[in-house]
Amino acid sequence: MEKIILKDIPDLDKIDVYISNGGYSGLKKCLDGMTPDQVIEEVKKSGLRGRGGAAFPTGMKWGFMPKGNEKTKYLCCNGDESEPGSFKDREIFERNPHQFIEGALIAAYAMGVAAIYVYIRGEYWKWVNIVERCVAEAYEKGFIGKNIMGSSFSTEMFVHKGAGAYICGEESSLMNSLEGKRAYPRIKPPFPAAVGVWGNPTTINNIETLANVPEIINKGGEWYSKIGEPKQPGTLLFGVSGHVNKPGVYELPSGTPLMTIINDYCGGVRGGKDIKMIIPGGSSMPPLTKEESLTMKMDAESLKAVGSAIGTAGIIVMDEDTDIVDVLRRITKFYYHESCGQCTPCREGCGWMLKVLQRIMDGYGRQNDLDLLISVAENIEGNTICALGDAAAWPVKWTVRKFRKEFEAKIRPDVQVPVMNKVHGLRNSDEYMRVKNETNPLVESLQGKVQENANDPETERFSS
Amino acid sequence: MNNTYIPQFTEEEMKTVNLHISKYPKPMAAVMPLLWMIQEKYGWISLEAMKYVGDILNLPHDHVLGVATFYTMYFKKPYGKNHLQVCTNVSCMLRGGYEIFNHISGKLGIKNKEVTGDGLFSIEEVECLGSCATAPMLQLNNKEFYENLTIDNVDQLIDSLKNSK
Repeated sequence: MEKIILKDIPDLDKIDVYISNGGYSGLKKCLDGMTPDQVIEEVKKSGLRGRGGAAFPTGMKWGFMPKGNEKTKYLCCNGDESEPGSFKDREIFERNPHQFIEGALIAAYAMGVAAIYVYIRGEYWKWVNIVERCVAEAYEKGFIGKNIMGSSFSTEMFVHKGAGAYICGEESSLMNSLEGKRAYPRIKPPFPAAVGVWGNPTTINNIETLANVPEIINKGGEWYSKIGEPKQPGTLLFGVSGHVNKPGVYELPSGTPLMTIINDYCGGVRGGKDIKMIIPGGSSMPPLTKEESLTMKMDAESLKAVGSAIGTAGIIVMDEDTDIVDVLRRITKFYYHESCGQCTPCREGCGWMLKVLQRIMDGYGRQNDLDLLISVAENIEGNTICALGDAAAWPVKWTVRKFRKEFEAKIRPDVQVPVMNKVHGLRNSDEYMRVKNETNPLVESLQGKVQENANDPETERFSS
Repeated sequence: MNNTYIPQFTEEEMKTVNLHISKYPKPMAAVMPLLWMIQEKYGWISLEAMKYVGDILNLPHDHVLGVATFYTMYFKKPYGKNHLQVCTNVSCMLRGGYEIFNHISGKLGIKNKEVTGDGLFSIEEVECLGSCATAPMLQLNNKEFYENLTIDNVDQLIDSLKNSK
């Protein structure tokens, strides 16, 4: 299978090597003989879908940008890649950075963009340096800047280094971060194509998406649309981690069976063990059980059919000895840490889910905790500005549903724990009975409050 | 690492500052690169430094404070000379990230975000650094990655850092 992005050519990050292997010919083809509309048509024909998680058709996204030059237009390349289990963009930065730069320039030409900002997460210090060097090389060759390759098209390209915030991978918070603000997601609409960074029309594309574009222009959209699954054509960069013998990034056609990836490319599960759970697209995606994994094909539509999603194609494999509860606790801790704090359901909900999961881990789990977890998750899902809320809720909701036995095994039915919570826990707890029998003005007032709350219909509703 | 300092860019550094400002249509956007410059120079970002950056960009001081405290990679307090950032997220956890963290923590006698008495080492538990295939891993001072860690090569790393002073 021919690789589109991670080609087996040494030193491809050097511009001369890249050019001698046909690099920047796609950009030249566009500037010489294609109108911007023809470029967008070609990308639409290819069926390329975004690789950042939502799998949105790229050509359609580009088509949303207003025509004409009344307002300065921007393109942001999203290299914030912070989803646990996802490490594919890093591989592009290291092994073929010029291809994504060329793709970004073609996109800029298609949309008439005046400046491209490459947003790379701050932790990728090494790869930020590589991309900065490559951008400088491309400037030197005249591929970026004024009158590119002697045409009338001009655009600039800048690298912006993040500083450690998962939320910046969300497109609207990326724009806020670029503007020099706290990375709070924005309410949509207006969509970025209308009001984006600095109030101007903006498109945000994932690094992998852009890296696909030069080959689409070179070989044609029709060629691309015949690779892999017709509904999500092309190759995907599968980042496999966890309990496999050879973890790594593998470029394979979409629709490759999950077990082929694990057994043929990653050398099977470590120690010849059985699979317990697989996360198919980065930690926020609903997990797969072993039975689902056996027949699963890795593309957006197949995963959607079982209620999961392709996400960023970061596959995390867990063997039979894995403590699922602990894994979920760790995932929830991540979202609790990374919630930007703007929307209440996500900010508070993630904290509560973490507390409940920690309680189960510590052996103080209560019988109704599992339903409580699902209830909190469902109250986050869909009630936040950005998708981080959903990303935190899905793993909790689906892991508890699919692996309920694992959780129940950790909950002892006889454990009665005093929970110091004014609304529900206090009434039945031993702790409360003890302080109740002492005379103390604070206790008196607390007691009154509990009584008052108990008569409130709202308390009834929230008592679990 | 300086525990106190008076933030001041040299003339040469001011050229870089102006270069950063020229990259964006509005000067506010340069706040993140400037905070990076401060941290590169002094090791951490003090309140005075935030005010200094605010004055350069003509921004309210509290805006800079808001940005500096939002992003976890900006250090708001001085850490050790060698700041070890150990990933314990899922992929690393499955391959022993917590064991590495606990080992370093025990060996150096410090907890999360603490500094050793001699100021040489500090440790932090961090979220996924995109090194899942080479887990477990740690990052040193926001820069180099050390991957495929074992208890042995972590010990070697710490020893070599100790000797290099």
